[in-house]
Amino acid sequence: MRAFEYVSAKTVAEATSLLYEKGDQAKPLAGGTDLIVMVRENRRQLDRMVDIKALPETNVLSYSPDTGLSLGAAVPCHEIYADDAISAAYPGLIDAAKIIGGTAIQGRASVGGNLCNASPAADTIPPLIVLGAICVIAGPNGSTREVPVEQFCTGPGQTVLENGEFLVSFKIPPPPRNSSSFYLRFIPRNEMDIAVVGAGASVVLDDTKTSFVSARIGLAAVAPTPLLAEEAGGSLAGQEVSDDAINAAAEAAQAIARPISDMRGTAEQRTHLVGVLTRRALTGAIQRVKEA
Amino acid sequence: MPRKVHVQTTINGETAEFLCEPRQSVLEVLRDVLYLTGAKEGCNNGNCGACSVILDGRLVNSCLVLGAELEGKSLETIEGLAEPDQLHPIQDAFLENAALQCGICTPGFIVAAKALLDQNPNPTEHEIRYWLAGNLCRCTGYDKIVRAVQDAAKTMSSEVSA
Repeated sequence: MRAFEYVSAKTVAEATSLLYEKGDQAKPLAGGTDLIVMVRENRRQLDRMVDIKALPETNVLSYSPDTGLSLGAAVPCHEIYADDAISAAYPGLIDAAKIIGGTAIQGRASVGGNLCNASPAADTIPPLIVLGAICVIAGPNGSTREVPVEQFCTGPGQTVLENGEFLVSFKIPPPPRNSSSFYLRFIPRNEMDIAVVGAGASVVLDDTKTSFVSARIGLAAVAPTPLLAEEAGGSLAGQEVSDDAINAAAEAAQAIARPISDMRGTAEQRTHLVGVLTRRALTGAIQRVKEA
Repeated sequence: MPRKVHVQTTINGETAEFLCEPRQSVLEVLRDVLYLTGAKEGCNNGNCGACSVILDGRLVNSCLVLGAELEGKSLETIEGLAEPDQLHPIQDAFLENAALQCGICTPGFIVAAKALLDQNPNPTEHEIRYWLAGNLCRCTGYDKIVRAVQDAAKTMSSEVSA
């Protein structure tokens, strides 16, 4: 591993200028569970790591039923699922936060880092997509911008972040009435694995809980980036909750999957799994609305 | 070459100061700078748990934390568990249950088990197995390890109530 410099930034402005100075030779450090391994294995060479964990803005974790969730980019998974109100409001995000690595990884790894690592198989991205999360990005000279999470990743390991920019936090809208969310993945083991395919769903039902008001579906590990299956989710609006409607949405999700074959699974198996997991994610989210 | 970083931290309840290169992990600092060799290097990428330590009350892999990140933090390592003349109940339970063979994974398992019992004194077998999923043993299998943690939980809770 090449030597690099470590700086713990005290302000957002300091972090952006420290990053900007070094261009692609600098990276923000949150939990480090991907970044440190990448640098150690020489898959990535850096002159500088800018620790963003000392910033108040990246450590925000506040939820209110009126304004939703503000989630700092450096908040580790365990802090999110330890919060009862957040767990009740965004169960689909919790499904993912609880299955990333083991206990020791969840003690460090952040949802923000999971997104910025931009793995097509990242478990937290489909739930962020279905929950309508917005990325708050800080840049040089005090600039800020907001990007919907489904537009953040541009390829494997690639994101919209420009030189000097970093992800500060997420804004997630409050869950509508009669809504819930669900995420699951297929892996050949019980835990400690990377998704062969992942699927997340959020649903809003009417007051009788028999029809869809709206739905969103997000997919992982079936394209170069995690996907919002817009037509699949949209097809459910106004439909009665039924196996036919759910099956049609699952088929629409399969239609946009363009998976590769690799050591984790073949393209054919992955396409099949998109159907199975989309049905289960929708059914799981519906079940949660009915139980609430 | 970037300058070495001066770090002041707390390790096993005592103030510790060291100099490290920014690229050195906590595991490297523990073993190569401070000569605390209880934490082991297994995979060096966060899969095996042999380097488990407790950082500000939270179980982490010391290979995935930079030494420089320890400034102002509090670290517990396997060396901090036993009293000078008495093993920690989890260590006793691992011995009594023969929950080890080669021993490389053992410090990590014991530290991980301590982190579990600190926050959940009476875990179910299911909870123990999921909690320890990030600690790999390639010799003895997991049943004896799980039984050791269950025994330690019983001993520790009876010590508290006694």
